[in-house]
Amino acid sequence: MAGPDLTLDPAGVPAHGPAAVAPVEDRRIFVASQWQLTWWRFRKHRVAVVSGMVVIGFYLVVLGADFLAYADPNASEAQRSLMPPQSIHWFDGWRLSPHVYAVKGVRDQQSFRRVYREDPSQKIPVRFFAQGFEYRWLGLIPTTRHLIGVDGGRDGTQTIFLLGTDVQGRDLWSRLMYGTRISLTIGLIGVTMSLFLGVVLGGLSGFYGGLADTVIQRIIEILRSIPTIPLWMGLAAALPRHWTILQVYFAITIIISLLAWTELARVVRGRFLTLREEDFVVSARLVGCSQMRTIFVHMVPSFMSHIIAATTLALPAMIISETALSFLGLGLRPPAISWGVLLQQAQNVQTVAISPWLMLPAVPVIIVVMAFNFLGDGLRDAADPYGR
Amino acid sequence: MLAYIGRRALLAVFTVWAISVLAFVIIQLPPGDYVTSYIAQMAASGSVVSEEEADNLRIQYGLGRPIYVQYYKWVKLFAEGNFGMSMEWKRPVTEVIGDRLWLTMVVAVSALLLTWVLALPIGIYSAVRQYSLGDYAATFVGFIGLAVPNFLLALVLLYLGFTLFNANTGGLFSVELQDAPWSMAKAWDLLKHLPIPALILGLAGTAQQVRIMRANLLDELRKPYVVTARSKGLTEGRVILKYPVRLALNPFASTIGYTLPYIVSGSIIVSLVLGLPTVGPLLLRALIAQDMFLAGTIVLLLGVMTVIGTLVSDILLVWIDPRIRLEDS
Repeated sequence: MAGPDLTLDPAGVPAHGPAAVAPVEDRRIFVASQWQLTWWRFRKHRVAVVSGMVVIGFYLVVLGADFLAYADPNASEAQRSLMPPQSIHWFDGWRLSPHVYAVKGVRDQQSFRRVYREDPSQKIPVRFFAQGFEYRWLGLIPTTRHLIGVDGGRDGTQTIFLLGTDVQGRDLWSRLMYGTRISLTIGLIGVTMSLFLGVVLGGLSGFYGGLADTVIQRIIEILRSIPTIPLWMGLAAALPRHWTILQVYFAITIIISLLAWTELARVVRGRFLTLREEDFVVSARLVGCSQMRTIFVHMVPSFMSHIIAATTLALPAMIISETALSFLGLGLRPPAISWGVLLQQAQNVQTVAISPWLMLPAVPVIIVVMAFNFLGDGLRDAADPYGR
Repeated sequence: MLAYIGRRALLAVFTVWAISVLAFVIIQLPPGDYVTSYIAQMAASGSVVSEEEADNLRIQYGLGRPIYVQYYKWVKLFAEGNFGMSMEWKRPVTEVIGDRLWLTMVVAVSALLLTWVLALPIGIYSAVRQYSLGDYAATFVGFIGLAVPNFLLALVLLYLGFTLFNANTGGLFSVELQDAPWSMAKAWDLLKHLPIPALILGLAGTAQQVRIMRANLLDELRKPYVVTARSKGLTEGRVILKYPVRLALNPFASTIGYTLPYIVSGSIIVSLVLGLPTVGPLLLRALIAQDMFLAGTIVLLLGVMTVIGTLVSDILLVWIDPRIRLEDS
């Protein structure tokens, strides 16, 4: 973690302004657009750039979840309940030939638990771009190709479990891939809705001021002083039981975003307040621009980067909310798969003590939340390229 | 100063009103009215509700009349301390909740106190010894605290306690004192169990406060008056604690109001994982069983307690910060 201080403390960011750059570059900087300046500044923030790549990587998983999975995420098999993760052995002697050992399950006569033993004599080769279950890539192109797989993976005669299996014997790796898709899109849709509410209400508040401002500000203060999780739980529990996965998904998204727009509104209002008095806005008004034109052509572009940064910082809260609700069993319900749904299996400490791999879905939650936080910090610092 | 407190109090009243509306919505959301489901529940368990009793309940809650009348009747009964019957437990809601509400607040407030006790010295240290090993360590722990949802943290801690020490780290009381009446021994037992939940709940808040304190103090430390104070020969401790820390404390204190709702929120889920006897597990059960009186009451009571806590911290803020005190006079 190189120079974590950069992300922590906006006040401590060393000067990157035009003055600190070599004179040769001066001319380039004078003619650069705001977006270019923002990008140059962002690039210097190494932790944020790396975090950005991590985030992009996660969204690639969202796109290619079914390609990266190698088993049907809902195919359960009691004979394979709670299998520990298998590791890939890359070399056979000196020859590169990735394989896993076959695993045999037997019932322990004392504890009556199923225990699994690897059988090193029986090697199952791991194939790349292997045949597996059928799916539609991006929902369009039907195919059976997967990144990895084993011969006989389609009918389950031979198996591989990179991260082990859950209580119902479903492959955790494949489920994790699908869970990533749901958890990360729910955050994205939720944040879009919060953004809409935040920009409209924050904009009203900051642009018109007066009564509208007072009312909206008080509403924000009220919302912020309410403990949100009990409310979410109440609203989520009231969703009809017969709803389809898709309906529940959207309802949960709406519930989460209804209470999460306040921070975005605060940022937008703050920007409007500072910009309202700027010379270029006053002149736009004086030359007779309509209100719409003043707002959307002159004001919004100048704080777009701030909005993007605030949005990035709002995403982790969304993801955690969904995970928490589903973890409690009030959010998405099986057969839907999300990180929270996967973590439900880790609720019981006795289960976790015997099968610690059930806690693995916590890892992507933590990584993604951290990445979004670092990225958002970097974007926020870069959002105002004319500053220090 | 009075005007300021008056304004905060008015806002608190509005907040309580908003929460009561939301709690009422939660009670209303499931299909069918609650007297009907109450009768059905009683019938399912074999007892019969007489026609007369049912009618009385209907009149009491204004069922069949406009929704605002129903809301008014419910709030009125609520204000009188009549929270209705819990369907699942077949006992008054007040009895079901019992000590749990107070224990929830005890856990939340101790988490809040822990947040301040930890954040203040760590924040000061991080700023004064910027880029030192301790600063980096605090930063790192801070990031973990912010990134790991607290229920996961609870899970990991429980797991470690279980596998490494074979001890159950959850709960608020020892097993033998769980159902005992209140006594000094029980209170002491509670005190011994508090640090772990308080730490889990307070970690994210602490991380945030350390960040704020560190940034503020760094800003202040660069100002000329600090140099002046030092050149006058004041001891280093006095230079830092007497002036810049006091100034940096202000934005730090103003975020207190938002920390309590956050902690109360978090305590619901953490209680479930750690098996704390707070209202959290009760709320979840009530919601799953659609025991709406119980759920609505818990949501409203939690909200009211949080608002009161926030109001108290606002008033404390006035006491700390002379600028607010002088604003209106």
